[in-house]
Amino acid sequence: MSNQVPIAEGLFTWPSKNPALLGSRCQDCGIATFPVSESCSACSGQNVVVEELPGHGTLWTWTIQQFMPKTPYKSGETPETFEPYGVGYVELPGGVRVEGRLTENDPAKLAIGMNMEVVFEPYRTEENGDEVISFFFRPAA
Amino acid sequence: MDVAIVGIGIHPFGRTPSRSGLQQGAFAARLALQDAGVEWKDIQFAFGGSASSGSADALVNELGLTGLPFINVANGCATGGSSLISAYNAIKSGEYDLGLVAGFDKHDRGAFNADPKELGLGEWYGEVGMMLTTQFFAMKIQKYMNDYNISENTLAKVAQKSFINGSRNPNAWRTEPIGVEEIANSMMVNNPLTKFMFCSPSEGGVALILSSADKAHTYTDTPVYLRGATMKSRRFGSFEVFAPSQALQQVDGPTVDASKAAFEMAGVGPRDIDVMQLQDTEVGAEIMHMAENGFCEHGEQEALIQSGETRIEGSMPINTDGGCIANGEPIGASGLRQVYENVLQLRGQAGDHQVPDDPKLAYTHVYGAPGISAVTILQR
Repeated sequence: MSNQVPIAEGLFTWPSKNPALLGSRCQDCGIATFPVSESCSACSGQNVVVEELPGHGTLWTWTIQQFMPKTPYKSGETPETFEPYGVGYVELPGGVRVEGRLTENDPAKLAIGMNMEVVFEPYRTEENGDEVISFFFRPAA
Repeated sequence: MDVAIVGIGIHPFGRTPSRSGLQQGAFAARLALQDAGVEWKDIQFAFGGSASSGSADALVNELGLTGLPFINVANGCATGGSSLISAYNAIKSGEYDLGLVAGFDKHDRGAFNADPKELGLGEWYGEVGMMLTTQFFAMKIQKYMNDYNISENTLAKVAQKSFINGSRNPNAWRTEPIGVEEIANSMMVNNPLTKFMFCSPSEGGVALILSSADKAHTYTDTPVYLRGATMKSRRFGSFEVFAPSQALQQVDGPTVDASKAAFEMAGVGPRDIDVMQLQDTEVGAEIMHMAENGFCEHGEQEALIQSGETRIEGSMPINTDGGCIANGEPIGASGLRQVYENVLQLRGQAGDHQVPDDPKLAYTHVYGAPGISAVTILQR
C-alpha cells in the first residue's frame, strides 16, 4: 500500500480515524479562522487555541473552475486529462466559512444552502509513489 | 492646497508587439507633458507603477535623468489609484506643486498566476487550484445573484455595453460590438461567468500631470480638480479574493469604505455624479460595485441595466471607455485609465463616447487583490 501524506502539515488532523480540519479560535473575541493562525485577524490578539472544525455545513457560494490553472496548480493532470472542478465556501456552524474544492463539478447538482460534509481523499500521486491527501467538500444528505 | 490634473496622456490599450511596457509608459508620459505644455525637466516628483514591466522609475531612462524623486508603487489592481493618491498627497502637503503619475504594463496572455507565498498563504492553496481571482469574482456574483435576483441575461448585457463603448473609443482594445447571445454562449470560464464577461490581462500606459490648484491655469484652460481621493484595505469580515476562510459575520468591503470616505471628502453624494468608471474585472464586479459605491440599492441593478441606464446616454453612465472588459487590464495603468477617461469627459473631449449635457462631476473606483480599493472624485 502506498504512503499517504497530507498536502500540508497542520491543515487537518492526519493520520486519524476521524480526520478534521484544524482552525484556530481567539480566546479573547471568540472568532475562528482557517487555516490555523498565530494571531487573530479580528482583534489583533495572540491568545489563540487550535481546534477541530465541524465536519458538516452548508454551501454558501460556489463556482466551477472550467479551465486548467497555470502554476502553482499542481494536480498531476495534463491539459488532456484536466477535469473541471468545483470550488466553494462551506459555512461550518459556530466556526467559519471555509473555502475548498468540491467533489462535485456538475453545476446542476450544486445549490447555495445545500448540506455539505468534509472528506479527505487522495489528490495527486508524487513521483516517489506517495499519495497526497487533501480536503474536499461533498454534497451530503 | 487643492490639486488639479493639468495634463493627460495614454498609450492605446491592447497588444503592441513593437513597444515594451516601459516604452508605452514613456509614450503616455510624453503626451501628458505635451498636453500640460511642460517639459520633463519641469516635473518635481513622480509616482508610478508596473506589475510585469519592470520598475516604473526606469521611465527616467526614457524621459531624461533630471534627478527628480521617482517612487515606485505596487498595489495590485489598485496600483494606479494608489500612485495618484500618493501624488495628490505630495502636492496637498505643500511640498511640491508639479508632479507626474504614470502606470504601464505588458502582461502575458491568460489569467494571472499569483504566488500564494507573496500573500502569506500556504503553497497547498495554489496547488489545489484556488489561487485564481476569477473564482472569487464568480463566487461573489453567484451569491449576489442568489440574494438579489440578478439574472444571467443582465450579466451578458453589462458586457454588451462594455463592447459597445469600446467600439466608440479609439484607444480601446476590443473595438467590435458583441451581441448578448454570443456573450452568454461563449466558453464558460467560472460559472456563471463566460469568456466575454471577463477582462483579460493586456498592455497599455497612462500618465497624468498634477499641479497645485492655484497654478493650474498656468498649464491649461481646462483643469480638472481632485475633490476626493481615498484608498482603503479590507476590514475583518469582508468577503475578499484569496481568502481560505471568511468570518460568519460580514462587514462592508473596502469599496464601501473608500467610497464613503471619498464622498465625505468631496462634500457631494452619489446622486451628484454625472459619469463613473467602476472596476469591472468581470461583469459581476461592475454590477456589485454599482451598489457598493452607493449609486443604487442592492438589487436595483437588474432594472437599471435592463433599461439601459448605465449606457453612455443613460442616467448613470458607467465605464464609458469600455472599462476593463473592452480595454483589458494592464495592472499598473488600469486605474489611471479611468481617470484619463473622466478628464476627457469633464473637458468635453471624449468624442464618440462623450456623455451628453456637460458632465461636471466624475467618479473612479478600482478594486484589487487581496482586498483593496481606491476612489477618486473629479470636478471641472
